[in-house]
Amino acid sequence: MCMEITDAICSFCGSLCDDLTVKVEDNKIVDVKRACRLGASKMLGHERINSPMIRNENGILEEVSFDSAIDKASQILLHAKRPLLYGWASTSCEAQSKGVLLGEILGAVVDSTASVCHGPTTLGVQEKGLPTASLGQIKNRADLIIFWGCNPVHAHPRHMSRYSGYLPGFFLDRGRQNRKFVTVDVRMTETAAISDEFLQIEQGSDYVVLSALRALVNGKDDLVPDVVCGVSKEDLVRLSGMMRSCRFGAFFFGMGLTQSKGRYKNIDCALSLTNDLNTQTKFVITPLRGHYNVTGFGQVCSWQTGFPAVDLSRGAPYYNPGEMSANDLLMRDEVDASLIVASDPAAHFPNASVRNLAKMPLIQIDPYANATTEIADVVIPTAIVGVETEGTAYRMDGLSLRLRKLVDSDYPSDEEILDKIIKKVSRKGDVC
Amino acid sequence: MKCDVNIITGRTIDQGANIDSKLSSDYFNACARCEIGVEDLKTLGLSEGSHVKVSTRFGSVVVSLALCDGNPEGVAFIPLGPWANTVVNPDTHGCGMPGFKGILGSLEPTDEKPLDLKALMSLYR
Repeated sequence: MCMEITDAICSFCGSLCDDLTVKVEDNKIVDVKRACRLGASKMLGHERINSPMIRNENGILEEVSFDSAIDKASQILLHAKRPLLYGWASTSCEAQSKGVLLGEILGAVVDSTASVCHGPTTLGVQEKGLPTASLGQIKNRADLIIFWGCNPVHAHPRHMSRYSGYLPGFFLDRGRQNRKFVTVDVRMTETAAISDEFLQIEQGSDYVVLSALRALVNGKDDLVPDVVCGVSKEDLVRLSGMMRSCRFGAFFFGMGLTQSKGRYKNIDCALSLTNDLNTQTKFVITPLRGHYNVTGFGQVCSWQTGFPAVDLSRGAPYYNPGEMSANDLLMRDEVDASLIVASDPAAHFPNASVRNLAKMPLIQIDPYANATTEIADVVIPTAIVGVETEGTAYRMDGLSLRLRKLVDSDYPSDEEILDKIIKKVSRKGDVC
Repeated sequence: MKCDVNIITGRTIDQGANIDSKLSSDYFNACARCEIGVEDLKTLGLSEGSHVKVSTRFGSVVVSLALCDGNPEGVAFIPLGPWANTVVNPDTHGCGMPGFKGILGSLEPTDEKPLDLKALMSLYR
């Protein structure tokens, strides 16, 4: 049987492009129209984990039934004193909600991939607020786009064509011709190459350059020296002039700010600059979120516990990044068991954290084999949200969208597996 | 010859397109690499595709060299992944985020070959 599904949503990156046309033949996706290379690679599929597995005493992962794997996972979690439930960026809000509930029952730390992505952004926003707009507003209104420490050509390939650049907007009928692009980065990226202006700054100098721009925007030109971290005052004056004279500016940023020296203080400064600009024109700021539902985890965890990541070991929600974040816990060797859902910390954490992650029991719930599988003790394969099962996800600007099931699958969903684990570990009196 | 560098890690489209097939050769080729500018390539006396040992005070890893015209002298880019994470700074500066960018280190020619993902991860078990 052959069918064409229109307006399908891509569950790869935080752009959640919702205009794909997917061709399905005999329950297999054979073609995807309008997807970028990242989205198409996900939709067209990769090799999967065939069966649940448990690592035997010889260190080999052995295929077992789903019931056996769920039993083993539940035993590990029940016996742990300091369990870490980590990941959540590439699954549905419904599964994330179950994960937070499981954390409450276990008294676990629940943290997401945001802690190695836009976690510092959340800290900055908690200090300064987020003067932002929907991507639709930006598409229809923004005549100046700043990309700071990000490379959407690689990480969000359709962002510029759908939201932030090329498409004509309601008030910008000539699309790209109505807009100016400015990229600020430490190297000439592909995004910089197609921008109207490129400011190359010294690595780790974002806070200083942002502060210089704040001084210029606020009329304190005499405070700015002739050269600021590799950028001439002349270039900074020109950029601050563009920012002040635009009708609607949009500032997008990525890991160049969150992972460089200063971390959340860089975000604090960028938010302050945006606030300063709003005294003179209209300016908004939006983090370019990576995985398709990392934004959703922040929403779900916040509405269930009050915080975007949480330590539930004290009987009440506790939040203190730098103390209870996944890497801090692992670096201090506090974690005695971990449940990794829809992410791959073994590939994306520093080696010192991975070493401690590997030496304690580790349960992985994921559709695909990855670096974490190599150190996991229990592996439970699941269906891909937005392809094989439905679910809710939040776009990078906070818009919630319903992902559809496109093909049938024998794999259970993350939500179903978590539900079964919750039932196994629940005690009398737990609310599930 | 040795070359001192400031290491930054980050996403690339090749890394992203293979993020769900991490055991593939495509993922290995996308991530077990270090991109530097032409001046640093000259300093090392190496050509694209040569193997290089990246060392920081947090670890070392062998990867392949790639030329990136956009990199200023002294800046090395490694796509995020298990190879990059061997050399990044685990200190979160009190906010949960390790130092994935701005890690001081060095590059030097080597006869060693990059480990594939399974071999690299077996070092942790």
